[in-house]
Amino acid sequence: MSERSLRSEKSGTERSLRSEKSGTERSLRSEKSGTERSLRSENPGTEPILEVRDLVKHFPVRVGVLFKHTVGQVRAVDGVSFDLNKGETLGVVGESGCGKSTLAQVLMRLEPPTSGTARFNGRDIFAMRGAELRKLRRSIQIVLQDPYTSLNPRMTVGDIVGEPFEIHPEVAPKGSRAGKVRELLDVVGLNPEHLNRYPHQFSGGQRQRIGIARALALRPDVIICDEPVSALDVSIQAQVMNLLGDLQSEFGLSYVFIAHDLSVVRHLSDRVAVMYLGKVVEIGTEEEIYNHPMHPYTQALLSAVPVADPTVRGQRQVIRLEGDVPSPVDPPSGCRFRTRCWKAQEICAQEVPELEPRGGGHPSACHFAEERSVVP
Amino acid sequence: MTDPTTAAAGTAPDLGASAYVTAPEHQMSGPGKPRSLWSDAWRDLRRRPLFIIAGAVIVLLAIIAIFPSWFTSVDPNHKDLSHSRETPSGAAWFGYDLQGRDVYARVVYGARWTLLVGLSASVLTVLIGAFFGIIAGYFGRWIDGLISRIGEIFFGLPFVLGAIVILNLVRNAEIRGALPIVFAVVASIAVLSWPVAMRIMRSAAITAKQQDYVKAARALGASAPRIIFKHLLPNCLAPVLVYGTIALGAFIGAEATLSFLGIGLRDPAVSWGVMISDARNYVRVAPHMLLFPAGFLTATVLAFVMLGDAVREALDPKLR
Repeated sequence: MSERSLRSEKSGTERSLRSEKSGTERSLRSEKSGTERSLRSENPGTEPILEVRDLVKHFPVRVGVLFKHTVGQVRAVDGVSFDLNKGETLGVVGESGCGKSTLAQVLMRLEPPTSGTARFNGRDIFAMRGAELRKLRRSIQIVLQDPYTSLNPRMTVGDIVGEPFEIHPEVAPKGSRAGKVRELLDVVGLNPEHLNRYPHQFSGGQRQRIGIARALALRPDVIICDEPVSALDVSIQAQVMNLLGDLQSEFGLSYVFIAHDLSVVRHLSDRVAVMYLGKVVEIGTEEEIYNHPMHPYTQALLSAVPVADPTVRGQRQVIRLEGDVPSPVDPPSGCRFRTRCWKAQEICAQEVPELEPRGGGHPSACHFAEERSVVP
Repeated sequence: MTDPTTAAAGTAPDLGASAYVTAPEHQMSGPGKPRSLWSDAWRDLRRRPLFIIAGAVIVLLAIIAIFPSWFTSVDPNHKDLSHSRETPSGAAWFGYDLQGRDVYARVVYGARWTLLVGLSASVLTVLIGAFFGIIAGYFGRWIDGLISRIGEIFFGLPFVLGAIVILNLVRNAEIRGALPIVFAVVASIAVLSWPVAMRIMRSAAITAKQQDYVKAARALGASAPRIIFKHLLPNCLAPVLVYGTIALGAFIGAEATLSFLGIGLRDPAVSWGVMISDARNYVRVAPHMLLFPAGFLTATVLAFVMLGDAVREALDPKLR
């Protein structure tokens, strides 16, 4: 609590500086980020702000009109564990339908988990009720994927960004709310004079900024970004990601950054988790995942990233995966990736590979994990 | 391009200039005053000709209904059989009906009961239907099941049969006087019609609650009443509003049906519906008996439909 008030005092001066130095800061950040990131992951002083252990979310498949009975379970998230450190960005990548968005919903307490725990600052968020849960809402916020449906079309921008203060009146006294809303619009790069406009009067990128301002209003510690840029044009994507990066250094935010675009995740993330069919198959620092991938699925994903350099075209090997993602209602036994894996053997169908450090030092879930650099 | 601050200054390419607040509007409101959907809607309504015309007609009808003696000095129940079915003339502007009563006086005195029945029945129907519909749509599960099944029971009753049963109960209870009978008629119409409004509201609420903005509100910790009133209601109101204004005419007709069967309004209470149903056997010999009350009924319904349309458009920021 004291930390938060300190931060908000500091942010005023920081913000006035920001506009001048943001240009240089950004170029600096991209240069030093490589060393900084690898340091952070090994730094024993960093404490996890969010610890997720064995998180499971199954959706029952029900049939019948009057008397419904369950015929199966969609295993959307099936045993996901990770730590999110303070001030860090954890990228979560995977194909559509691999459970990324469900993970976000469960962590936001929008859906109840089937089992597993998630601790925020040491307290189990799934056990929280009433006042404690309200407090959690102030600490963890979400930015949703589609900026066209995530803003109520019948509310003015001022009402949308001001709603967090109405729900949590203790954060800002009534008189100061209008000022705070203007400040927030300013922080995300929108004109504070546009307070009385409606969402349809803004472009997609501007709408996503409104969504970010709403998430930022309560000064959260963690923001879960559920594919915040995948509905935007590529040119706008860069703007919004830079904004997210600036806000992180300004407010000391931690992000869980969900995306299906590997280059988007690489731009922002300190660490990356790769998901396949509800499970994390590999997790490590950005450097480890992109330059030393261990899991065949990660290698296949990376080999599909387009390379802008025409001179290396044709030199690298593209790994083509056969078939589709199996149904999450009836996932394959043992390793879930074995049906599409070129390394699959007998053991893959019998034993579930644990997510544990193998060879290269970072955890991956493959019996035959070995490093293979696919990005030239 | 990559600087985030440029996005705010630049205009969106896909929007015309009309989508933005114009300069005089901007100055009028002052940039600093926060506004809301309802105050914006009211500002917009006051400038809509459709709303002004509809409002004027409704105010005029309301004055007629409250002070009928300002418009005629003739007793609407005075019978003079020598004038039976006489066509309009200087003495009686709208002519005389079968029993020699002044049609103009009856139209003027009928406005009160007609409007009372039509308006209160549609308001009550929409209120009950919208309330249960939004509850069923938002909470779903067994609450939705319960409300929907109860609605189906009333929905399955044929209207006339159901109304006969309900109004006969009231008659057996020996209720006298016009107002309690009006109340009984209104109640029976609302009881038999609310499932329609409920279904419309329920489907709108189910659609709206799956939108991401509701998810975002829940993530902020918004309570159920807050989500229902702030997020669902403004986005679900339009279809129910349209139904309510159209149902107004249907309910005035339903009241006439009930009166015709002898269980609705009775003398001395006059209503347009009763006049229309009295006149329908004489359309060819004395069309004025039908055309004048029917014309007033049409104008009234049209005014309310226009009003509902104007309100619906004003509540949608995209249509302003």
